Amino acid sequence: MNPNESIRNTELFTIFTKMSPLLFGGGFSMIPLIEKAMMERRKWISPREMAEIIALAESVPGAIAINCAAIIGYRLKGIKGAIVSMLGVVIPTFLMMIVIGIFFLQFKDHPKVAAAFQGIRAAIVAIITYAAWKVGRTAILDKTTLAIAIASIALLYVLGVHPALMIILGMVTGIVVVKIRHMLGLFTTLEHEERKYKYRDYYIGDGI
Amino acid sequence: MQTLLDLFVTFFMIGMVSYGGGYAMIPIMQHEVVDKFAWMDLQQFSDVIAIASMSPGPIAVNSAVMIGFQTQSWLGAVFAVIGIVLPTFLLCTIVATFFYKIYQRKTMKAAFYGLRPVIAGFIAYAAILFAMKNGVIPTTGFSSKTVFMIGIFAGCLFGLMKYRLHPFFILLGAGIMGIVFFT
Repeated sequence: MNPNESIRNTELFTIFTKMSPLLFGGGFSMIPLIEKAMMERRKWISPREMAEIIALAESVPGAIAINCAAIIGYRLKGIKGAIVSMLGVVIPTFLMMIVIGIFFLQFKDHPKVAAAFQGIRAAIVAIITYAAWKVGRTAILDKTTLAIAIASIALLYVLGVHPALMIILGMVTGIVVVKIRHMLGLFTTLEHEERKYKYRDYYIGDGI
Repeated sequence: MQTLLDLFVTFFMIGMVSYGGGYAMIPIMQHEVVDKFAWMDLQQFSDVIAIASMSPGPIAVNSAVMIGFQTQSWLGAVFAVIGIVLPTFLLCTIVATFFYKIYQRKTMKAAFYGLRPVIAGFIAYAAILFAMKNGVIPTTGFSSKTVFMIGIFAGCLFGLMKYRLHPFFILLGAGIMGIVFFT
């Protein structure tokens, strides 16, 4: 983790500022852009490092785009680098969202906008359904994971368990189940094969 | 001031546990923003998610800005966004410093083996919740509007699965369909 002398913080900030307005459909859309800017054009990061950064960004909570920016910034320029990279992603997003928010609050009661929004509400259900299907495909590997997925919907819907608690429960269950199966001499497939290449298909499957 | 602090703490907490990106955060946001603090109702919340999805940038950050802004204007947006970004920053630098190879550890993989289906469940729950709230799954009887909503939903899902259309175009198309059907 040697701060790279030749790289300037302002440059790091500008690179991420330019990327941020292009991120449609979630954080994974940033990965091809980062690869191009950091790996191919500037050679600041090797392809192997890039793969590690993505894996690390996925194992930390938070938006993938922000995680990637923070990790890359940190690798290149230490804490300051992490801060400027994150600000680079967040500031344009923030300003645009404020503008969009003001417009929405202003015009949401206009009949045409309200009608368009009816359609958009149906579309967002479709997009979330698709996201659930995509994540489900890489998450549900066997009977245990299927049971966990069903239990998780039921706990939310019927019992109203706090989602934060369920995240912790899920992780503990994973560790315990794998341990028990290991002790019984059973092998557990921990990851879906496709996950390795998943980020190429960047949008929506945002996350883990 | 109290609300600003609540916004910060709430989004900090959400940022702390938000695995799986944008849509996986819906249940926890709903839990805090709609049920606990009642900063907005479920319909408004579902519209925030729709706008956050249409706008560039991470969905989590976008929705934090929107919710903060609608609750406490500019300052609210600033507090919410700092709240959601700060844990990421802290965790990324800590993990990058001390647990550099954490993701390769067997235990970490086992934890994710259990976590991923929970996240899939979260997103599925969000889909069901929004489908019921937005009239894709009728809860108060069937009308011509329900038919249109199911039609748009089915069309969008088809476009996503079969033609892998980008969500931005799906939302744009659905907006146009909405204007055609509902005015």
